[in-house]
Amino acid sequence: MKTIKTCVTALISALLVFSPVAYADKWSDQFPHIKATGDIPGECSYESISKKNYKGKTLKINTHAVPVMGEPTALHAEQFEKLTGAKVEVTHTPAGDLYAKAMVPFQAGQAPYDIVFGFSNFINDWKRYLEPVPKKYTEMRQMKDVTKSHIGVASWDGVMYQFPVDGDRHYLKYRKDVIDNPEYQAKYKADTGKELRVPRTWKEYGEIAAYFNGWDWDGDGEPEYGSAEVMKKDDLMFAAFFSRSVAYSKNPRTPGGFFFDLKTMKPLINNPGFVEALTDWVEATKYVPPGGINFGLGDEINSFGGGQTLFSFSWDDALIAAMQDDSPIKNKVAAAPLPGADRVWNRVSGSWENQYNQAPYIVWGWAVGVANKSKVKEMAFDYLCFFANDANHQADLGIGRFGVNPFKKSDFDPNIYINTMGWDPEIAKSYTDTLLEMEEKSTNRVFPLRVPGVFEFTSAVATGTSKALAGQLSPQEALDEVAKEWEAILERVGKDNVRQAYAVGVKMEDNEL
Amino acid sequence: MNFKHKFVFLLPGLVVLIGILIFPIVFTVRLSLSGWNSFNPELNFIGITNYIRLFTDDPRFWEAFFRLSFLSVTTVILQYVIGFALALMVWRDIMFKRFFRVIFLIPMMTTPVIMTVIWRTFFHESLGPVNDILGNFGVTPLWLSNPATAKITVIIVEVWQWTPFMFLLLLAGLLSLPKEPFLAAAIDGASAFRKFVYVTFPLMAPISIGAIIIRLIEASKIMDTVFVMTSGGPGTATETSSFYIYIKGLREFQMGYAATMSFTYLIIMIISLTIIAKVLTKLMIKE
Repeated sequence: MKTIKTCVTALISALLVFSPVAYADKWSDQFPHIKATGDIPGECSYESISKKNYKGKTLKINTHAVPVMGEPTALHAEQFEKLTGAKVEVTHTPAGDLYAKAMVPFQAGQAPYDIVFGFSNFINDWKRYLEPVPKKYTEMRQMKDVTKSHIGVASWDGVMYQFPVDGDRHYLKYRKDVIDNPEYQAKYKADTGKELRVPRTWKEYGEIAAYFNGWDWDGDGEPEYGSAEVMKKDDLMFAAFFSRSVAYSKNPRTPGGFFFDLKTMKPLINNPGFVEALTDWVEATKYVPPGGINFGLGDEINSFGGGQTLFSFSWDDALIAAMQDDSPIKNKVAAAPLPGADRVWNRVSGSWENQYNQAPYIVWGWAVGVANKSKVKEMAFDYLCFFANDANHQADLGIGRFGVNPFKKSDFDPNIYINTMGWDPEIAKSYTDTLLEMEEKSTNRVFPLRVPGVFEFTSAVATGTSKALAGQLSPQEALDEVAKEWEAILERVGKDNVRQAYAVGVKMEDNEL
Repeated sequence: MNFKHKFVFLLPGLVVLIGILIFPIVFTVRLSLSGWNSFNPELNFIGITNYIRLFTDDPRFWEAFFRLSFLSVTTVILQYVIGFALALMVWRDIMFKRFFRVIFLIPMMTTPVIMTVIWRTFFHESLGPVNDILGNFGVTPLWLSNPATAKITVIIVEVWQWTPFMFLLLLAGLLSLPKEPFLAAAIDGASAFRKFVYVTFPLMAPISIGAIIIRLIEASKIMDTVFVMTSGGPGTATETSSFYIYIKGLREFQMGYAATMSFTYLIIMIISLTIIAKVLTKLMIKE
C-alpha cells in the first residue's frame, strides 16, 4: 500500500512539475519559433488566442519590409491565421514610405489597412486616426510588464495609441575583448598616459576610437577602425546626432525643454551644447571605417556586428547581430550607457557647468496602431497582443534581423539571454543593466521629438548635420542654419500647436508624467 | 452625318486625355496653392504663399536644380559620345556584331534600383570590391563619402545604365541612313574621318537631337540612383530636384509645397528643353 501511495504521489508530483513543459510542447511542436520557451501562459498566449474564432474575417496589415519588423509581422500573421482561422494580408513597405502610405488614406478618410506599422514619433500626426488601445489590453498582465518609458512612448498624454511591440534606446556597444585586454590597457597607457576603459565621455570615446583606428587589433589580417555610426543623411542620422548631444545639452537642473525652450519656443538646436556635440561628430569622421560617413543603420550593424569597429552606438541591432551564433565576435562585445560629458550647457545662465553629465536617449522605434476606421478592431488588437506575447517576444528578441528589442521589465533578466541565446553571463548582465538603468532608473532621459511636423524638424537636422560632416559648413554654421529652418517651420505650423504637443514630451523628460 | 455625332467618337480619347494628363496637372496646380501637410490635411487656399517661399526662401531647391542640370548635361553628353561610338562600331561589318549589339543593351534591361544597389556594393569604400582591387595599387577613392567623387560615382552609374538607350536610338538612326551620300563620299575619296564629319554626323543630327532631348528629359528625373547610392549626400552634394521634392512631399509630407516645387520644376523643364532643342538644331543642323 505504501508503495502504491508513493507511486501515486510521485506520479502526481511529476505531472505537476512537468505539466507546464508538456503544455508548452503542445504549441512549440506546431510552432517551432517558440521552441526555446514553449507557450507562456497569458492573456494572448497561443493557448488563449487559439480559443478565438475569426474564420471568414480578414485582417490587413501594412508593415516594414523584410526582415526588420516585416519578418516577425508575417511570421506572427501566419501563426495567428493557424490559431484563429482568420485571413491575414501583410503588405511590406520600405521604412521611408511607411508614414505616407498610412497618412494618405488616413487623411482621405479611408482605412485600407487595419493595422499600420511605423515609428513611435509618428504618434502626434497619427493619433487622430488611430483607435486608443482598449482598457482590456492596457490593464492586462502583459501590458503591466511594459516599462514606464515605453508606456510613455506608446501613449499621448496618458492615452495609449500604439501597442507596444518593440523597445528602443541608443546605448554604447564596445569590443570587450579589446577594452578589457591587459596588453592593450598597458600599451594604451604607455602611448597616451591614459587608462583604457569603457569611455565615460564623448571626448574619451573619440580618443580611444582614434587610437584603435586603422590597424589590425584583432589579428584577423584586416585593419579595424574606431567607430561605426549612422552618418548617412536622412537615414536615421539625426537620432545619432541627438545621442551625441544629450550629454552636453540635457541639463537636469534646467527643466523645460531639450529641443526648444518650452516657454518661448526658441529652438535650442544651435546652443553651445549641440555645437560641441556636432564638433565631436565631425571629428568622428576621422575614426570611422572608409566610407563611414555614408553608413546607414544597416552598414552600422554589419560593420560593428561583423567585427570591423571598436565602438558603436545606436539601436540594439548591432549588439544582437554581434551576439548571434554565427557571429565571429560572439561574446566579445558588451553594452554600456551612452558616454557623458565633463561639462553641460546651462541654457538659463548661458554658461557651461563644469560637472559630469550623462543622459539616456530613449529614441523612437517601431510602433504599431489600429486604424479607428477599421472594421475588425478587436481582431487587430488580438493580433498585436499575440505578436507581443511573452513566448513570441522572447523568441523574437534573439533574432537580430527581426528588430524586436526589449521593452518589458521581464526582458531585463540576464538569464533570458544566457539560457536561451547562449550569451556570456557578464555580457548579458552588462546588457540588461544598461537597459534597465536607462529605462527605469535614470531621471535625466531625453525622449524623441513628437510634435506636429516632426519630419520637417528632423529632416532639417539631418540636412544641417550632414553638411557639417561633409565639410560644407562649420558645426556652428550648420546648426545656425537648422535653427533658422526650425524657426520657419514653427512659423508655418504655429508656435502654439508645437508648444502644446512638445509640452507632453517635456513632462516625460522632467519626470512629471 | 451630324457634326455632334462625330464629336461623340472623340469623346473616349478626350476623357482619357483629361483623366491621365489634364486632371493631374490641374490638381497639382490646385495643390500647390494649398497648405496641405501632415497637420493640415485639406486643400485650403493659401494663394501664392508656397511660390513666394520657393522663390525667396528656399536656396536648397535652386542648389538642387543646378546640381541636377550639371549631372544631367554631363551624363547625357557622355552617353551620347559613348553611345555613338558603340553604335558606329557595330554598324560596320565586324565579327560577332549581333552578339555585341545584345551585350551593349544589357545594362538598360536591368532594373535600375537593383543595379544601383549592386553598384553601391561595388563602390562601398570599406567592404566593396572596387577599393579592394584598387587598394593593391595604393589607391582607395572615397566613392560615396566625398562630395566631389560622390557626384562622379552617380555619373558613372547613370552613364553605365543609360548609354545603351542612346546606343539603341543612334544605331537605329545609322541603319536607316541612305547609302548614296556614303557612296558619293567614297567616290570622292573622302577619308573615314571626313566621311564621319561631313556625311554621317550631319545626317544623324535630327536623330541625335531627338535622342539627346529624350535622355535629358529622363536624366532630369534622376531619383533611384541618388536615393539608393547616396541619399543626396554627403551633405547635399548629390541632392537633385526630384530627390528634394520627394523629401519634402513624401518624407516631410509637405504636399502643398512639394506640388509647388513640382509645378515650377515642370515649367522650368519645358522652357529649358525647348531652348536646348532650338540651340541644338541651330548648332547641329546646317541648311
